[in-house]
Amino acid sequence: MDQGVDWRRNKAGFLAVLTPPLGWLLLFFIVPMAVVWAYSFGTNEGIADIRISGTFANYARAIEPLYLGILAKSLAFAALATLVCLVVGFPVALAISFAPANLKTWLLIGVMLPFWTNLLIRTYALIALLRDEGIINNALGFAFGWAGFEPLRMMNTNFAVLVGLVYVHLPFMVLPLYAALDRLDRSLLEASLDLGAGHIRTIFAIVLPLAAPGIASGLLLTFIPVLGSYLAPDLLGGADSQMIANVIERQFKRANDWPFGAALAFMLMYLTFIGIALQSLARRKRERE
Amino acid sequence: MAELEGAAHWKGLSQSRLSRRGLLASLGVAAVGFTLQACGQGSGGKGGGAGDKINFYTWDTYIGETTLADFEAANGIKVQTSYFATNDELFAKLKAGNPGYDVIVPSNEFVTRMRLADMLEPLDMAKLPNFKNIAPEFKEADYDAPPPRHSVPYTWLVIGIGYRKSRVNGTPDSWKWLFDSDLYKGRIALTSEAADLIRLGAKYLGKSLNNVDADTAKAVEDMLIRQKPNIKAFHEDNGQDMLLAGDVDLVLETNGDIAQIAVEDPDIGFVVPKEGSLLNADTLCIPKGAPRPEQAHKFINFLLDAEAGKHIIETILYPTPNAAAKLLMPESYRANPIIFPGGQGMDASEWGKFEGPEQARAFEEAITRVRAA
Repeated sequence: MDQGVDWRRNKAGFLAVLTPPLGWLLLFFIVPMAVVWAYSFGTNEGIADIRISGTFANYARAIEPLYLGILAKSLAFAALATLVCLVVGFPVALAISFAPANLKTWLLIGVMLPFWTNLLIRTYALIALLRDEGIINNALGFAFGWAGFEPLRMMNTNFAVLVGLVYVHLPFMVLPLYAALDRLDRSLLEASLDLGAGHIRTIFAIVLPLAAPGIASGLLLTFIPVLGSYLAPDLLGGADSQMIANVIERQFKRANDWPFGAALAFMLMYLTFIGIALQSLARRKRERE
Repeated sequence: MAELEGAAHWKGLSQSRLSRRGLLASLGVAAVGFTLQACGQGSGGKGGGAGDKINFYTWDTYIGETTLADFEAANGIKVQTSYFATNDELFAKLKAGNPGYDVIVPSNEFVTRMRLADMLEPLDMAKLPNFKNIAPEFKEADYDAPPPRHSVPYTWLVIGIGYRKSRVNGTPDSWKWLFDSDLYKGRIALTSEAADLIRLGAKYLGKSLNNVDADTAKAVEDMLIRQKPNIKAFHEDNGQDMLLAGDVDLVLETNGDIAQIAVEDPDIGFVVPKEGSLLNADTLCIPKGAPRPEQAHKFINFLLDAEAGKHIIETILYPTPNAAAKLLMPESYRANPIIFPGGQGMDASEWGKFEGPEQARAFEEAITRVRAA
């Protein structure tokens, strides 16, 4: 018994440990998702009833040019926000991984701290910063008012949505990057510097390739929630900041068209599955090489 | 001077500008039934007298500060309150069977919808003598026809244009300034309620806001697509906040929401455009399967009382259909041109009819097209 617990011999113990999380997953994730998935093949009947009729009409409507266009725009916008997260998050993760051990803990807490505040509150804080007569514009006006300063138009633009999405999702990028960079073999960096490569070259030739799996999971971990965001476009966006998640939200609320909302939501799910499958294929290919 | 202005903005920011519909909705609060279930179980008995309680399902911040305590003191019936954020939430909750609510507060179009779905009890008007306090123009209601009545009005609202007086030319008393003009380019916020946009657009085009046909809806859609470059945002029922903070100078909002910010900023005005607008009411109803209809009638009758009505209005500052309560209010409320707008626009305004889920979906898709354009 010294070599630990073998699940083949100790099935009861293994089951006891595994059942609660599996049950939880089944009851509160798989079952609700299955219900929504079933709705996506449903038909609205009368004022408030949905019949699961097996129709593909909701999907047919979801791939009309109108909704595909919104989806394409959302994908592009989410990709941009994810890219900004990477560019901003990489130096942060690098700095944390090279920080002294006691400071590291505090820096990591600093990265995670915003999660302790409700998303809505954080978004309203951004509104207070960005609006025409908000904190940034008032401060600039105070400093440059003598030069005829005009308030910057930041609120209710796609720029504000981008700021909101990057601000909220940055930790999703920084944490996996940090995990990858922290495991990096430092002797490789020293070797690179010893052999005459500069710091920049070392980062691009040594650090980036070694951190690639971390970057990939950071990109995926950021991109998916960004694509599903609706609060930032709703509250920070302007007249044309609509993203696919806003359209989905409205199907479940105002339009009261749950089957169509479910079909749109599962379009995103299918895309997500494809994304994850592609990533694991790429990883397998890497491992084989 | 700059400092004073800064302080005013801070005041605006620190005070919550979210309306009753906005706050809960955006926090995504859905699971509000827990207190109800926990508290409802002890009182299974249907007997009257002391120790009774009823379950009241309503909007947040939508009753007087002491109203429920006053009712309990007068009748010995405790009122257990839970909140919903949208009519859809209320409807969805009751659709699956009434979990024990005695009194609910749906808006007028949902009274029609819930009557159609057989979800409301007819009211026993003999038990509601205070209905006499309701102003004559609210005693008859198309949304609650044919008799018997299934609802009594609690508050009413009209949609109009809230504006910053110092930043517009005269009174912007036409929908044109929101829908069909670049005069106020980049300083306009419209609502994201699709049905309101299409209906008010139809009103601007000289049509009724009810039974909007496909051609009219298309014309409104095209007009809004043309107007889109001039629109700063489609607000999430926080238009009054944007107006107060100076983000926009004209906003499509309800008179109740604008009245609340006009108290703080005298530069805020409100007008019901001359083409006419959309009237809404929130009502008191007893849902089918209410466990304690007797006590529910007592409670509704109490809310229709003049003195109780006055306390409610003092807190929520909404327009009231209760004429007796209005008489008890000070001049500053009764003669408030925002809370009780008059004139051509009001005369041309209509109540919205419930026109079925198909219509709602068609409107929603039209506005999705506008926003994707």
